[in-house]
Amino acid sequence: MKKKVAEFDIEYYQFLDETGKPLSDDLPDFATDVELLTDMYRRMVLYRAFDKKAVVLQRTGKMGTYAPTMGQEAIGTGFGLLLEKEDVYVPYYRDYPAMFCHGVKLEEIYHYWGGDERGCDYQGPKEDFPISVPIATQCLHAAGIATAIKLRKQKRMVAVSIGEGGTSEGEFYEAVNVAGAWQLPLVFFINNNQWAISVPASAQTGAETFAQKGLASGLPCIQVDGNDILAVHHVSKLAFERARRGEGATVIEALTYRLCDHTTADDATRYRDTDEYNDSWKREPISRLRNYLVSLNAWNEEREIALEKEVNQEVEAAVERYLTVTPEPVEKMFEHLYETLPEAYENQVELAKIFGGKAHG
Amino acid sequence: MAEITLVEAITLALAHEMKQDKDVVVLGEDIGANGGVFRATDGLLETYGPERVLDTPLAEAMIAGLSIGMAAQGMKPVAEFQFEGFIYPAMNQICNHAARIRNRTRGRLSCPAVFRAPWGGGIHAPEHHSDSPEALFAHTPGLRVVIPSSPARAYGLLLASIRDPDPVIFFEPKRIYRLVKQNVEDNGEALPLDRAFVLSEGDDLTLVTWGALVHECSAIVNAYHKQGVNIELIDLATISPIDFDTIAESVAKTGRCVIVQEAPQTCSVGSEIAACLAEQCLTDLEAPVVRVSGYDTVMPFLKLEKSYLPSVDRIKASIDEVLEYA
Ligand SMILES: Cc1ncc(C[n+]2csc(CCOP(=O)(O)OP(=O)(O)O)c2C)c(N)n1
Repeated sequence: MKKKVAEFDIEYYQFLDETGKPLSDDLPDFATDVELLTDMYRRMVLYRAFDKKAVVLQRTGKMGTYAPTMGQEAIGTGFGLLLEKEDVYVPYYRDYPAMFCHGVKLEEIYHYWGGDERGCDYQGPKEDFPISVPIATQCLHAAGIATAIKLRKQKRMVAVSIGEGGTSEGEFYEAVNVAGAWQLPLVFFINNNQWAISVPASAQTGAETFAQKGLASGLPCIQVDGNDILAVHHVSKLAFERARRGEGATVIEALTYRLCDHTTADDATRYRDTDEYNDSWKREPISRLRNYLVSLNAWNEEREIALEKEVNQEVEAAVERYLTVTPEPVEKMFEHLYETLPEAYENQVELAKIFGGKAHG
Repeated sequence: MAEITLVEAITLALAHEMKQDKDVVVLGEDIGANGGVFRATDGLLETYGPERVLDTPLAEAMIAGLSIGMAAQGMKPVAEFQFEGFIYPAMNQICNHAARIRNRTRGRLSCPAVFRAPWGGGIHAPEHHSDSPEALFAHTPGLRVVIPSSPARAYGLLLASIRDPDPVIFFEPKRIYRLVKQNVEDNGEALPLDRAFVLSEGDDLTLVTWGALVHECSAIVNAYHKQGVNIELIDLATISPIDFDTIAESVAKTGRCVIVQEAPQTCSVGSEIAACLAEQCLTDLEAPVVRVSGYDTVMPFLKLEKSYLPSVDRIKASIDEVLEYA
């Protein structure tokens, strides 16, 4: 005997075409919520200005290596705005937009890449995890937070992000698996920007989508145009509602493109086709939303100019706070190692004070 | 013979061995078209093709596990981990399997693999990119641990590591990847994996170090030499097993020893050397053995990185203390 015992689908969501024109009349309710949409737009423009500035800071020797987020702004902004204050966000290193939406300050990210641990000490979202550089590790932390929330029968939820390359790590699969087994209030966002440094997405897996990596754990899996913020926001809403209702986790793959080098230490021209890169600018998320806003008569040149000025001021103010921070004294490298530093450390702290001096750039 | 950097010497050794031994394959993240993030595998894909230069999916446990399987089949995988901080996901495979497969099969299977990774601090890299975890591996029986400190030693030691029938952790001091150039002949001559290198001879004090700090220590030794103090400088290079004989011979002459390392002090390779000296050379010693180490805390983000790593001043202060001890 032979019969089909299971069957799966992956749905793809997109509402706006590359130029910002609706693909059909079937749009989500919020597609006419001009206040929300202009907030999304303002944020994406701000986050891109923040990002460009970070690269400049690195290039001028004022910051360390930096991983830009150019091109991926719609993903984090699209779901970040849906996070409630009491939710927990667990980011990968390229997802500043969602972090900012959840209350991380611009300068905190500058501090982080500037080589200052205070860049992980978020003043806003006190329960959020800092950026995770060891790839995929954060997925299990998110599952753990979701477990705590579930065991305590709270109404909150957790979101976690990762790159498509990162989904090759065992820890990603382990997290997705336990999220399915335990119906955790957790949403996974796979930022598929097509490249893991020099390795194309097609070399990471034999599967057609990265979303389907959640199927084997029993999770609903969705693919979305990650450059269409309406679509990202919509699918995130569905997934968040499901999580809040206690129905379990979702895996969302957001298709986008890394419109930048992997980091400021990388040179993507070594491995990436220039035509592919140039072509990808056509699908870029910010102008798409602007065109859509213009079609709603909710945006114009005048507002654009005003916004540009506003975001530049906001970024400059963050840069100012970053550059003028008092460096930490050398003994800070011990202070938070344990809640109370063991006595055994006395000698080393003294030694560090004698030879250490203070932090340098 | 060409003047090359340490990272170029790595590439040269890989290319040499791939040419003369068809079983040698390299694998890792971004090692193909990109030539590795430090370009250690630059050009190998063009020469040897995608069946010998494997750009892998992004998964370190997988890279280590695959290497073990391939090695058991008689291949000679040389795996690259992008940074030493990302070898941790592979610890299970390396410590539980690579290190043990020969012993637990009583020699039926073995693991002639090399696990390479850029290692150590000092390049202002992001978090998790500057650790010195050599002691974790030195503490694991069945592994060899090697850290070269010059282009020539990188070339000879990597050849030896690839040819060695057992698993080798090969840590490359990234801070000096491009610091100095040296004439290196591509003659296929390996260096021994169980010999430390005496870089300068002296009767007054033995200075033991490895990795990038060899360069600061060389300069220090020269400075003392001008003042009439002769320091014997030893580049440990083969971290495990340790060539303790070379150190003991030196200390028999000098009676004084300072050990300099980037890694945290507790349970470090320096601790092992100090313990061996206490056990075997007590009567030769004229002063306490001193370790100059990274502090027993997490490698700080880049702003405090320099304060963490042993500085020239700190090393000199310890040398003076040991020299002055009566
Ligand atoms: C465990 C681990 N291995 C390797 C690295 C080095 N590394 C940093 S980013 C990266 C590629 C990640 O690609 P992807 O997950 O697709 O995300 P993207 O950077 O493209 O956003 C690699 C290999 C790391 N940070 N952590």
